[in-house]
Amino acid sequence: MARRRLLANPGARISLGIILALVALAVIGPWLNPNRVETLDWSFIAADPGIAHAHWFGTDRLGRDLYVRTLAGARVSMIVGLVASAVSLSLGLMYGAIAGYVGGRTDDVMMRLVEILGGLPLIFFVIFLTVVFGRNEYLLFVSIGAVGWLTLARIVRGQALSIRRQEYIEAAIASGAGTARIICRHVLPNVIGPVIVYATLTIPQIILLESFLSFLGLGIQEPRASLGTLIAEGAGEMEAAPWILLGPGVFLTLLLVCLNVFGDRLRDAFDAGTRR
Amino acid sequence: MTEDREPLATLSTRALRVDYPIFGGTAAAVRGVSLSVGAHECLGVVGESGSGKTQLFMAVMGLLPSGAQVSGSALFQDGEILGLPPDQLNRIRGSKLAMVFQDPMTSLTPHLKIGMQLAEILVHHRGLSWRDAERAALSALDRVHIPDPRRRLKQYPHELSGGMRQRVMIGMSLLCEPALVIADEPTSALDVTVQARILELLRELRTQTGISIVLISHDLAVVASLADRIAVMYAGRVVESAPAAELLRGARHPYSALLMQCVPDFHRARTERMPFLAGQAPGAAEPERGCAFAPRCPRSTERCTHERPALVAVHSGAEVACHHPLT
Amino acid sequence: MSEPLLDVRGLGVDYRGVRALGEVSFQIYAGETLGLVGESGSGKSTLARAVLRLIRASRGQVFWRGMDLLRCDAATLRSQRRELQIVFQDPLTSLNPRMTVAGTLAEPLLIFERDLTAGDRHMRMGRMLERVGLAESMLGRYPHELSGGQCQRVAIARAMMLHPKLLICDEPVSSLDVSIQGQIVNLLSDLQSEFGTAMLFISHNLAVVRHISHRVAVIHDGNLIETASCEALFAAPVHPYTRALLEAVLVPISVPVPVCAAPDPTGRGRV
Repeated sequence: MARRRLLANPGARISLGIILALVALAVIGPWLNPNRVETLDWSFIAADPGIAHAHWFGTDRLGRDLYVRTLAGARVSMIVGLVASAVSLSLGLMYGAIAGYVGGRTDDVMMRLVEILGGLPLIFFVIFLTVVFGRNEYLLFVSIGAVGWLTLARIVRGQALSIRRQEYIEAAIASGAGTARIICRHVLPNVIGPVIVYATLTIPQIILLESFLSFLGLGIQEPRASLGTLIAEGAGEMEAAPWILLGPGVFLTLLLVCLNVFGDRLRDAFDAGTRR
Repeated sequence: MTEDREPLATLSTRALRVDYPIFGGTAAAVRGVSLSVGAHECLGVVGESGSGKTQLFMAVMGLLPSGAQVSGSALFQDGEILGLPPDQLNRIRGSKLAMVFQDPMTSLTPHLKIGMQLAEILVHHRGLSWRDAERAALSALDRVHIPDPRRRLKQYPHELSGGMRQRVMIGMSLLCEPALVIADEPTSALDVTVQARILELLRELRTQTGISIVLISHDLAVVASLADRIAVMYAGRVVESAPAAELLRGARHPYSALLMQCVPDFHRARTERMPFLAGQAPGAAEPERGCAFAPRCPRSTERCTHERPALVAVHSGAEVACHHPLT
Repeated sequence: MSEPLLDVRGLGVDYRGVRALGEVSFQIYAGETLGLVGESGSGKSTLARAVLRLIRASRGQVFWRGMDLLRCDAATLRSQRRELQIVFQDPLTSLNPRMTVAGTLAEPLLIFERDLTAGDRHMRMGRMLERVGLAESMLGRYPHELSGGQCQRVAIARAMMLHPKLLICDEPVSSLDVSIQGQIVNLLSDLQSEFGTAMLFISHNLAVVRHISHRVAVIHDGNLIETASCEALFAAPVHPYTRALLEAVLVPISVPVPVCAAPDPTGRGRV
């Protein structure tokens, strides 16, 4: 029902189409171009984009082809975004469901932890980790992991609190169901609605976070690229070679906007469903 | 509007239909209903869930969701009320034409105090000052016999019991001295004892003010205690209507008769089996084939499954839609 | 007289300083139906939940087969749950909206009879659905696709899946149309005859209670004020509140009679 309503909406269709196109481009795109990510083409340093020399997006200061690099960076950003989102969401979901359903002392303690982590100034936290552990790509996952699940945990906990009072939960208890079964079979399926919507909005947030951290030099390291590092690079060259910024910038913007639009439409479709 | 005669009916509908578009066609919640409520009269409308009784009057009040397709006509005090522009409709609704809903918990705004909700109506419709409106609210609560009304004015809906909330709703509906009050299942959410008192209140108010009332319920006993005339609805249509005394003495339509049996009688010997109607009413989405009640009717014949019986007048004031009426 | 199945002694619940339930004592014997009548706020739903330990009781004991349900450990309590089941008032909220009928009915089996094969489970569910008057094809439906009466049948089927010894019915027909109420009440009677299940039938509706109960208890303001056999209570009520309750029920109509307002025994003008 909700799916049908969603696909009928033009905004949803267009944004979904663009997202899928971008993903396809990131995966298949590089095959279309003879250049490789690491190849340094000394004959074309900081070259303008063009068809003739097969550097469709131009090259950077080191002669690396930007088309291939952009797509490689896109792949990294998307994978990190997806994986980190999946982990955050699962963690937030379980954490919130348990806190909300069990309630009492357990809930208090669990939510205190959420509040403490939520109060962390993220950048300082990341810088601190970098100072202690050195520049390490895995710190990226730790940082995102520390904060990505917090809001969802709060949302799910709120949902679980109201579900806990529902009669079908009482019925399940009266049927002899244990806490684990109730959380898995009764609480989680009924909080899914807002979770799915929040998930589609989390993914762009996490991609942006990763880009931001990488932009600051705290995330993905050379020679590997992510959209964030490419944008950082491009920002430095903005006056001399603006095209270096253009490719990854446009890609990232397009991806984030479409994910957000799709997430909004998804929420509308779900809301209309529940209103019935 | 001619001044020299009273309107024949305070509210009258003619062939009112309510349809909803669904995947693969339409669902007909109300399939052409013509009935009327006279001045000072109480019309009882009885029917099971899904019979269309609520949808009918929600259409009259203009409270249906935007997807609903309403056709036909509804005249309120000789003026067509269907399809009125919102500003004109809002002048009538809540003042001359009021509605009391089933669950007062959801129809009262939970975060506003009772006094505020009552006063707001008067300020909006009658242009009273807030001070005057509050005084009027106080007397409204008095009128519906709420004890300690001054304290209640400052309370929130959840602080009142179900019966008291319903009294507040009734008081609210009377604030602007309406010509007609539509009470939709006003007692269904309440205990039987509270039920009796609410109906008593409605009767008293009617005697005092002479307003017309439409009383909607799935419970014939509730309707019978207050109504002058009763209309029985099934699957979106009226299947019988008659003066209350006449209907209760002897129903003509088999459905009405079966509903009568479901009314509890403590003077009857206690039976093991509780009377009921087997099966369930058809949904709005199902197309009509012959008489909608035929599958559940003990008197149905071949003819009933093919030919839908028309609503026919038995005498002025009573009509029935049945091929094999009981009398 | 045999031992009672359920022996409740001095059960009470305090909630936020208010006595929701005073000190209530009653017994239920195997195979009988005890009707519990009271108005909203009288404490009857609180009683049902306290007996099953769905809410915490403040005092009292609930003896079931010799053991006190309120004091035994969680594991023992859960193991006894198969014998004590409950049907709630609102059929739409007592079923998980995201679970099909099949899922809802399978749950008791999955909890207590884990070694059943999927095929056996399916057969048991199909049979129970038929017994409550629903087609096996309903198994794949969701609650929002069913009517109120059908949902209540599913709830009853769920409660009866393991053939419990005691079924608590908390206002099981109050949300249903008058014409449908009889269907459900008669179904419960039939199930009682077939399975010998004892019942605690809670309702504010005296007419319904009268049909199905062997004995009736009246609850008012958190206390049981009268308990008697069904005939005795309706023919000759003792307590003034019981009498007031009976008089308040709408007089059935053979000739339209103006209904008298219920005399208010509390004298507090409370509605």
